[in-house]
Amino acid sequence: MNTETTPAPKIRARAVYKTYDTASGPTAAVQDFNLDVADGEFVAIVGPSGCGKSTFLRMVAGLEGISSGSITITPGPEKDRPSNSVVFQEYAIFPWKTVIENVAFGLQMRGIPARERLEVARSWLDRVGLAKFADYYPHQISGGMKQRVSIVRALANDPEVLLMDEPLGALDAQTRVVLQEELLRIWEETRKTVLYITHSLEEAVLLGDRVVLMSAQPGRILEIYDIGLPRPRSFGTTTLPEFAEYRAMIWDKLSAEVTRAMEMQK
Amino acid sequence: MTEQAKAADHHRMIWALAGALVLLNGALVLGGLWRDWAWPAVAVSFVMLVLICERVGRLVPARLRGLYERALALGFPLLILVLWQIGGTFGLINPIWFPPPSQIGKALWDVTVNFDRFSETSLLGRPWLIPQAWSEGGLQGVGALLGESHLLATVLRVLAGFVLGAVPGILVGVVMGVNQTVRLMLDTTLSAIYVLPKIAIFPIVMLMFADPFGEGPKIVVVALAVFILMAINTMAGVRQIDPVYLMAGRNYGAGPWQLLRHVILPGAMPVIFAGLRIALGTAMIVIISVEFLRAKQGVGYMTYYYWEVLVPEKMYAGLVVVMAMGVGFTAALHWLQKRLMPWTR
Repeated sequence: MNTETTPAPKIRARAVYKTYDTASGPTAAVQDFNLDVADGEFVAIVGPSGCGKSTFLRMVAGLEGISSGSITITPGPEKDRPSNSVVFQEYAIFPWKTVIENVAFGLQMRGIPARERLEVARSWLDRVGLAKFADYYPHQISGGMKQRVSIVRALANDPEVLLMDEPLGALDAQTRVVLQEELLRIWEETRKTVLYITHSLEEAVLLGDRVVLMSAQPGRILEIYDIGLPRPRSFGTTTLPEFAEYRAMIWDKLSAEVTRAMEMQK
Repeated sequence: MTEQAKAADHHRMIWALAGALVLLNGALVLGGLWRDWAWPAVAVSFVMLVLICERVGRLVPARLRGLYERALALGFPLLILVLWQIGGTFGLINPIWFPPPSQIGKALWDVTVNFDRFSETSLLGRPWLIPQAWSEGGLQGVGALLGESHLLATVLRVLAGFVLGAVPGILVGVVMGVNQTVRLMLDTTLSAIYVLPKIAIFPIVMLMFADPFGEGPKIVVVALAVFILMAINTMAGVRQIDPVYLMAGRNYGAGPWQLLRHVILPGAMPVIFAGLRIALGTAMIVIISVEFLRAKQGVGYMTYYYWEVLVPEKMYAGLVVVMAMGVGFTAALHWLQKRLMPWTR
């Protein structure tokens, strides 16, 4: 957990607090959150449900206000690159736009001419094998395909950092494995800075360079683990003995938090 | 029971029910009791007919299912017309107040081709005289000729009122959907005006115009009804948009106008169109009642006029025209919906 290394971190969160003002008084969702994510690093955040990990991601995305503290995303050399793009758990691709229009949406909002943005979108659809579904509407494709579209929409936007909020959470187990491998492949190719929220410990260990473990509400960082598994990774990585070790080590702490979270809900 | 035995059973049941149906009504007619027992006889006959059709439906093979469903949907109204006709001919239904369909058809033809000298109107405006009117009076002559049309008068009032009400209604609805302050301020007022029968405020609307008997008040009262409905419906449509779409729109760099154009309007579109369907029906109700009340022209005027002069078959002809207009407008709206919402198919 060394935060003082020389190149400026891509994402820098310092003493971040989030408090919700509810009718029954203020509720702390995120408490004293400090995290640096290096350029090109893949950081996964796990924690019991309701621990505020999605809230933190939305604060990084600027979709939610920060009560105190600061979050900065360091801009790169290219000027008009968007600072972040979110992949939502509920896909959030627009039902009224075709697949290719959805993928080109971010570029369209930035005023990229139609020819150019559709070209970019098409090449991304090609990379995930969705080229022939370009003119379909979302209701005509499966859940796995929708989430592919949602991921590719973010990548086509070419942001400084990619923020993924339980992107595979709504998918069935098999589709999930396929998309995890696809994510690994694309990440190897692009080396984007990724902040990845998940409730699956296996997923976090498989994908992440580091795994951040959050406590039950209010969300604080309990521990940050460096995952030294070799890259490129794939589904085969999950059979390595080191994988099992990492999983067992983190699960020890996570299970205690999950139990605590369940007790708090009673 | 095997499938075959079941089918045979259905066949037997169909014939038995059909026989009972004919026997029951035949006995009542021959015994001279039908008119006194008309309502119970109709009710029982209807139930038996439903039972017959259900059995028939189970015998229809899957590939003919679509045909069967269409036959049922169109056949039943046709059956009613036929029975109405027969009932009128045999004196089972009073043909003076309920003229049989053939007479209504004839009356419809009459009002279409004839010019009413008293009110100087006709249903369509006698389009076959257009060439003559053109050579005599040019564009103005044609205008004067079509100006006598009941149908055109009503259509123009509905269209003008519909557009004048729907466009600002949708705009206000969007603002109310997006902005809580505006919503809280306007919601109660709109809900209160919504339940007010628009015909009840027609006199006030008339007073607002220099020419209270002209087209202005009629169009405005339709527009008002449409406006309220569209504001309420659009607001509901905007509010039901999943917030994640708004978040996605903002996160991908959409400004307020882009958000409106790419997320809010298309997201609310299904509810807006449901609202337009309802608003269309309301617009028809309002314009026909206004024309009943205070107009010298229009399909509503025509219908009421023939009631007053006691020519019921022509009054029915007017009602048929009203229904045809409703069907036409609904089809146009449906077409528009398909054009504007290609993703729903």
